[in-house]
Amino acid sequence: MSLLRIDAAGPGTTLQDAGRHGYLRYGFTAAGPMDPLAHATANRALDNPPGAPAIEVSLAGLAVSAEEAPLGVALAGGEFRIALDGEPVPPAAVLTLRPGSTLTVRAGRAGAWCTLAVAGRIDVPPVLGSVATHTRSGVGGLNGRALQAGDALRIGEARPGPGEVHALVAPWLDRPPEEIRVVLGPQDDAFAADQIAAFLAGPWTVTPRGDRMACFLDGTPLTHARGYNIVSDGIAMGAIQVPGEGRPIVLMADRQSTGGYPKIATVIGPDLGRLAQAQAGTRLRFRAVSVAEAVAARRAEAEALAPPVAREPLVRSAFTPEFLLGRNLIGGVVDGAA
Amino acid sequence: MALPRLLDAGEAALVAEFGDRVDPAISDRVLGLDDALRADPPAGLRETVPTYRSLMIHYDPLVLDRDALAARVRALAEGMEAGGEGAGRHAGARWTLPVCYDPDLAEDIGAVAEAIGRPAAEVAALHAGAEYRVYMYGFAPGFAYLGGLPEALAVSRRATPRPPHPANALMIGGGLAAVATVPMPTGWYVVGRTPVRLYRPDQDDPFPVAVGDTLRFSPVDAATFASLEARAAAGESVARREP
Repeated sequence: MSLLRIDAAGPGTTLQDAGRHGYLRYGFTAAGPMDPLAHATANRALDNPPGAPAIEVSLAGLAVSAEEAPLGVALAGGEFRIALDGEPVPPAAVLTLRPGSTLTVRAGRAGAWCTLAVAGRIDVPPVLGSVATHTRSGVGGLNGRALQAGDALRIGEARPGPGEVHALVAPWLDRPPEEIRVVLGPQDDAFAADQIAAFLAGPWTVTPRGDRMACFLDGTPLTHARGYNIVSDGIAMGAIQVPGEGRPIVLMADRQSTGGYPKIATVIGPDLGRLAQAQAGTRLRFRAVSVAEAVAARRAEAEALAPPVAREPLVRSAFTPEFLLGRNLIGGVVDGAA
Repeated sequence: MALPRLLDAGEAALVAEFGDRVDPAISDRVLGLDDALRADPPAGLRETVPTYRSLMIHYDPLVLDRDALAARVRALAEGMEAGGEGAGRHAGARWTLPVCYDPDLAEDIGAVAEAIGRPAAEVAALHAGAEYRVYMYGFAPGFAYLGGLPEALAVSRRATPRPPHPANALMIGGGLAAVATVPMPTGWYVVGRTPVRLYRPDQDDPFPVAVGDTLRFSPVDAATFASLEARAAAGESVARREP
């Protein structure tokens, strides 16, 4: 048994597993990771079962420490600034968190979410078979809420990580957010052809309003062919609904199970994380693909994660100036001394 | 009735759309297809979500091919049209839920009475006199959308939402009725309260009422409500169910 202590946590950092599935028919949101690929990568890097609970760190950051026993940790997601006792760590990495050490995860130049997985089992009682946190309905995680300073997570069957920090070789996490692939529909027929073209031409700017429920986009408003009131139907993750005022809203992990605005298109599964990681101000376009293309992208993703995730040790003396700039080392040192 | 339109909602969900309005005949088709798919689910089927007018079918596209799923859905829908299995009206359970319409609990019944120009007691009698079908869940855990609201109670929704409704509220708005389990801000009107929980995560059957079930409401006074509420809070089931 080991203990992972939350020393500091900004708002919006939650426990997530693969989601609470099977209850959408009762109005129950699945929740689960905003960036499923990063979540899967972090768990895979530690040989955890797929979909094991992990911490999803928001832009507001996190500091954790281990008690009782050393604890293997994997990080994957956006380009966060990560430090182990003040020493910079790559944004995708595995390491051992020893009792007395502190691991900090802070927003970096790109990305909005960072998955922190631990080698072992985060012991939190599941609700309806899942520990995924849905704060709006107060379900899952620790008492249905986000993590906060003072929380401690019991880790069953804890295993230490490597002796030194290793970078994960996970090129599939390098996902520029400029182009997001979609399958048109299910209500693309609620828009005239020129409005579909305008939707695909964009560009759309990610607004700061987003959260785990939805990503709000700004751009030239779209118009509906026959009004925007439709009788409610189901909502898939990634559904892009267009409300009356015409600016698209992409419904994400904490979306409602059903809803009543026309959905012009749906972000394909492999690009959900790409979109989730887009910081406010990011300009992006949508590209329509076929279901077959989307499935091929899914298959490629599954194949990338099938073998163990390669890792390489960090040789501190070999840091290039580009790497140091990329890590924002000066800021890290100042923060570390604070 | 025509066969459903099949619409892709990305590469992992397929929508079988039977119509574009709230209609018991459309709901029958949605629930018939849902029953048939779930009775013999193809490998890779994840979950289905019945709504007023469509069935959303979530699937794993690495296991279940989209076109194979579409062919299966079409075949089941054709079977329903031909009067085969699942063609009849969806046979749900019938429930009677105690409801208190006392204005202290039914916070907005006065506002509805004013809006339709009838006394609050008549609003309660109209609401309790009807039979409702659970068309779908949505919005929040255990938020059941009901069809069957009497025309006289078809008030429009509020212009601006009210503060969170109490737990287990009977609500109306926009010509629809709902049972709303988890308190949330809402644009609907609270016209009654039931001690029955449609979502109870600590029980073996966390969602006792299924989509397609029928609900009737049995008025109780505030004292009876309080005693039933205490029993329900202790885990007892206080709704009556006929199979």
